[in-house]
Amino acid sequence: MNKTQYLYAAYVVTWVVHIAYLGYLARKAARVRREVEDLKR
Amino acid sequence: MKTAFIVFSLIVFALLTNGLYQALVAAPTEATMGDVQRIFYYHVPSAWTAFLCFIANFVASIIYLAKRNQKLDAFAFASAEVGVVFCTVVLLTGPIWARPVWGIWWTWDARLTSTLVLWLIYVSYLVLRRYATGGQTATIAAALAVFGFIDVVFVYMAIRWFRTQHPQPVVGGGQGSGLHPAMLHALLMNFLAFAMYAGLLLWLRYKLERTSHLVEEAHAARAIAGDAR
Amino acid sequence: MLFFALLVVVIFSFSFEPTSEEAQRISGGLMWVAFLFAAVVALNQTWARELRNQVLDAYRVSPAPGWSLFLAKTIGNFLFVMVLECLMAPLFVVFYNLRSVGPESMLALSAVLGTWALVVNGTFFAAMSLRTRAREIMLPLLLFPISIPALLAMVSATTATLTGDSSPTLALEFLAVYDLVFTIVCLLLFDTVLHAE
Repeated sequence: MNKTQYLYAAYVVTWVVHIAYLGYLARKAARVRREVEDLKR
Repeated sequence: MKTAFIVFSLIVFALLTNGLYQALVAAPTEATMGDVQRIFYYHVPSAWTAFLCFIANFVASIIYLAKRNQKLDAFAFASAEVGVVFCTVVLLTGPIWARPVWGIWWTWDARLTSTLVLWLIYVSYLVLRRYATGGQTATIAAALAVFGFIDVVFVYMAIRWFRTQHPQPVVGGGQGSGLHPAMLHALLMNFLAFAMYAGLLLWLRYKLERTSHLVEEAHAARAIAGDAR
Repeated sequence: MLFFALLVVVIFSFSFEPTSEEAQRISGGLMWVAFLFAAVVALNQTWARELRNQVLDAYRVSPAPGWSLFLAKTIGNFLFVMVLECLMAPLFVVFYNLRSVGPESMLALSAVLGTWALVVNGTFFAAMSLRTRAREIMLPLLLFPISIPALLAMVSATTATLTGDSSPTLALEFLAVYDLVFTIVCLLLFDTVLHAE
């Protein structure tokens, strides 16, 4: 693996982590929204 | 509220994009390390952002222990989580940078090792949060946060004095010291971008936690009221 | 407990077969890891006994300040772990043919300071873990990261004394400060954890 590939790997890894976290937040938000709907009924 | 959020998100997105441009294009190529050095513009700002989050967690936890305000607890939880996310980035980008530059994945350099222990401490905080039962999770977690933060000082010193026996490669050659102005600019722009992004994440996570709290309280209130419908 | 301690020493001896020179250098680390595991097993029990007969509730309503309960528990645990170490250390000496270049008093001092560091935080985290699921794993999970600086220092002090390569004074002073700071923090925060229900 040449040097520049490491550079891109690092940037890609960074965004993978951030996108994974956003995904986790989205799922949590959906679950909480469902609970709020349940309560409203 | 919604509009403020959308506007803020757009600003953050613009800052991040600008940061990316600064890091990959605008900043000059480093003499000895070459393009790989550009990882620096993501690695270091992420570290600073993580530290900011952990400081926020410490302050929120201490005030929580004094005031017992649930909002502070939600904020503490959020800041620890976001801090761990950024700390993870630091620990992943560090070795990816080290490998091509020094031929090793890891070194017991004081900074990198302290970051690892920091990560361990706050992950243990998150695990405690997840596995604690009963209404006083917030208090126990806040106590742990105080321990963790105080420990950080000891961690750094301990690693400097008792681990770094062999000459170690210094990560980054010292931030800001003797840094080319265009590089400093790229570094600071990315720090601003990531710090703002962390703020955005904090906001989202905090709101989520608060809503969760309120849902729980509503459930409890209903149970007490005996569901008189 | 005692047999467990013996087992730990034996397992380590089987796993690591260093030359006598290497042994002097790594046995400090090995010993402390062994002590750490033994301490965790001991600490896990420390509050469980109180829970069984609602003794903990009795403590809560008693007029005695929380910190005195904590101190009593910690000292008890400390003595217990020290006894374990007094049994395990000679075994290590035998299995690894250790000789100490530096004064033995330094070894004793690092044992005392190091054990206190593990036990004071361990007793506190054990109390914290009471109200969690997976209680047994929660204690080491919380204790290990926080103890890392102390561990580095105690291993450094022990190794320095055994090999005579350097002076253990810095490590011992570091441990003393660590012990002081965390003992104070534990004493201040224990009431909070005790009454968390």
